[in-house]
Amino acid sequence: MDITDLRIIATLSAFVTFIGIWIWAWSKRNKNDFDEAAKLPFEGEE
Amino acid sequence: MSANNTVQTFYDDYAVRNFTVMAVVWGVVGMLMGVIIASQLAFPELNLGISWTSFGRLRPLHTNLVIFAFGGCALFGTSFYVVQRTCQTKLKFSLLSRYVFWGYQAVIAAAIISLPMGYTSGKEYAELEWPIDVLLLIVWLMYATVFFGTIAARKVKHIYVANWFYGAFIIVVAILHIVNSMEVPAGWMKSYSAYAGVQDAMIQWWYGHNAVGFFLTAGFLGMMYYFIPKQAERPIYSYRLSIVHFWGLIFTYMWAGSHHLHYTALPDWTQSVGMVLSLILLAPSWGGMINGMMTMSGAWHKLRDDPILRFLIVALSFYGMSTFEGPMMAIKTVNALSHYTDWTIGHVHSGALGWVGFITMGAIYYLIPRLYGQKQMYSKKAIEIHFWVATIGIVLYITAMWISGVTEGLMWRAMNDDGTLTYTFVEAVKATHPFYIIRMLGGLLYLSGMVIMLWNVLKTRSLGQPARAAIPSHSSTLAHA
Repeated sequence: MDITDLRIIATLSAFVTFIGIWIWAWSKRNKNDFDEAAKLPFEGEE
Repeated sequence: MSANNTVQTFYDDYAVRNFTVMAVVWGVVGMLMGVIIASQLAFPELNLGISWTSFGRLRPLHTNLVIFAFGGCALFGTSFYVVQRTCQTKLKFSLLSRYVFWGYQAVIAAAIISLPMGYTSGKEYAELEWPIDVLLLIVWLMYATVFFGTIAARKVKHIYVANWFYGAFIIVVAILHIVNSMEVPAGWMKSYSAYAGVQDAMIQWWYGHNAVGFFLTAGFLGMMYYFIPKQAERPIYSYRLSIVHFWGLIFTYMWAGSHHLHYTALPDWTQSVGMVLSLILLAPSWGGMINGMMTMSGAWHKLRDDPILRFLIVALSFYGMSTFEGPMMAIKTVNALSHYTDWTIGHVHSGALGWVGFITMGAIYYLIPRLYGQKQMYSKKAIEIHFWVATIGIVLYITAMWISGVTEGLMWRAMNDDGTLTYTFVEAVKATHPFYIIRMLGGLLYLSGMVIMLWNVLKTRSLGQPARAAIPSHSSTLAHA
């Protein structure tokens, strides 16, 4: 294994991580949390 | 805010107020420098024959003032405001935040003195000599301490997306500044880069393009994700999209810098990587733009009588335009025409005047009345006039530079049948002259808008008192967190 293999692994794992974040962001389980988070700028307003 | 018996605590807006007002002041000065050098390009005798006022010295002063003084103060000010409101806690290390303000003003003052004197390290957007680099680094580390300290002390569970963008801006700019400023001092105001040859060029444009990506984009997207929802009075269209927008930019921007070095001594594959990653950047950029735009759905009518919202939304349109134009110009064959021409200047200014300028102006118009205990700006009419004067200015500026740039590109590459060049260089210079005058007028209009803004801000400020904004009591808010 030389440095190029390491670079390929690093690039691919970055890509997989990004796809993972995407799936995580769209998972049904997190929907409510994110909907709540979107309201943060309006908290404390009456 | 309902009355309650608990002891009220207040947000710490000293640095917010000062940075916000100074952003407007530096905006006027920086844009004035821009108009002066644009006039010098149209009429070279305007350099007055004095080295201090020559183009080569005032140009870096212009870019430093508009990017780092105007844009920088706006980013510092809004980030301190937004991080407190979305974390519902007071700024951490209050005293340090004051040092951040005064330290940053010292850096700007040092730039205003040293650049016209001819002190420069010769790196674009990183011209300041090493003692000023060190001062900036100290200020920046204090800034990071205050910002992340406040996030750590937050009273809500989630870190709002605007803070992610501001946080990325703070971390990445620190890395860029440290790496690109590696230099060997040769006296108090003289240094040599630690890198040589094409490596030096690549480090410089890795810095340069990520300054665009993280100073001029990520930071101002932080503004976008707070001030557009606030002014439109509705939450961001898709919070999930904002997460993908964020990570999309983080994973791709770092690689795009080499498109500044197409057809140079840089290895061909490195150029191609830069081109491909620049093209990919279109996706997260437009995702973010659409996210901001869709926030307006069902509220478009507000644009009719809310000039502040208009600034914010037109800013997004320019963000969309320049993030389309940028990837296109990064394509090598397009770059063969556009590189070194005024097209590049037009592209930068559609992003700078349209996106960065307008989102900042919208955010400042939102902030000033709130920071000085007023219901609204002194004159709404003046905001309207500012908007239209500035918009016409941008349109004149960028169309002039498009035509001038494409003309230059075509004239430089035109060849006769025998392989000789059709035009001498000076013929292309002559061809650009009328467009340089139009550009100067466009810049003058944009500057006039900024002067109107300064007047409006000072008027609003003189009517009010520095406001003390109460932190909402947490009994009501913790339930959601």
